[in-house]
Amino acid sequence: MFDYAIFVAYLLLSLALVLSFVRLVLGPSLPDRVVALELLASLTVGFIGVAVVATGRSAFLDVAMVLALTAFLAAIAFARYLEKGGHRIDD
Amino acid sequence: MIELLTAVFLVAGAGFMLIAALGLLRMPDLLTRMHATTKAGVLGAGLIMVGAAIFIGQLTVVVKAVAVIAFLILTAPVAAHAIGRAGYFMGVPLWSQTHTDELEGRYDPETHILASGPEKPSGNDIQAPRENSDSDSSRSG
Repeated sequence: MFDYAIFVAYLLLSLALVLSFVRLVLGPSLPDRVVALELLASLTVGFIGVAVVATGRSAFLDVAMVLALTAFLAAIAFARYLEKGGHRIDD
Repeated sequence: MIELLTAVFLVAGAGFMLIAALGLLRMPDLLTRMHATTKAGVLGAGLIMVGAAIFIGQLTVVVKAVAVIAFLILTAPVAAHAIGRAGYFMGVPLWSQTHTDELEGRYDPETHILASGPEKPSGNDIQAPRENSDSDSSRSG
């Protein structure tokens, strides 16, 4: 029953990954893609959490911690680029 | 018992992340998409981390899981604010049924300066002249 729960969690996360990848491909604007990338990063954190439970290796949690921080830095960098790049949609 | 609790947390967290992804795909514009992903995504990842902490049960793992949750909760609103602001600056179209855009007409896309609010006839004599001089200087500048 426990294995079944882990399987269901993996299944739901994979489905979520596919859906946010569809949004990443569709766009339509760059901020939409950045939001999709951010969700992909937190989905990966979720995957790592399920993998920690499935394998019993708690060292994976360090990866989750670093990933949560780098995703934040990436989002801030993209926002900075969009703001200062002087690149407007209606031009 | 611990396995049952872990299973509940993992499946609930994964379900919230699926809801976040569904919102990201189905919502009509950038701001509503961010509304879906920022909150449901952080909640889902946090629940999964709680599940992992309960399952392993060692102090170091619990501390790491709490650190991950704290990072997520601290960084997600800041990142969402930055991206939403950048999206507005870029002129990303809002949903056709959005009916209140308080920045409309007050934000200068070239200089990134917000004008003051529209001048309202106010009973406050001390505030009124200052508001006028502010808007005059921003117009001439």
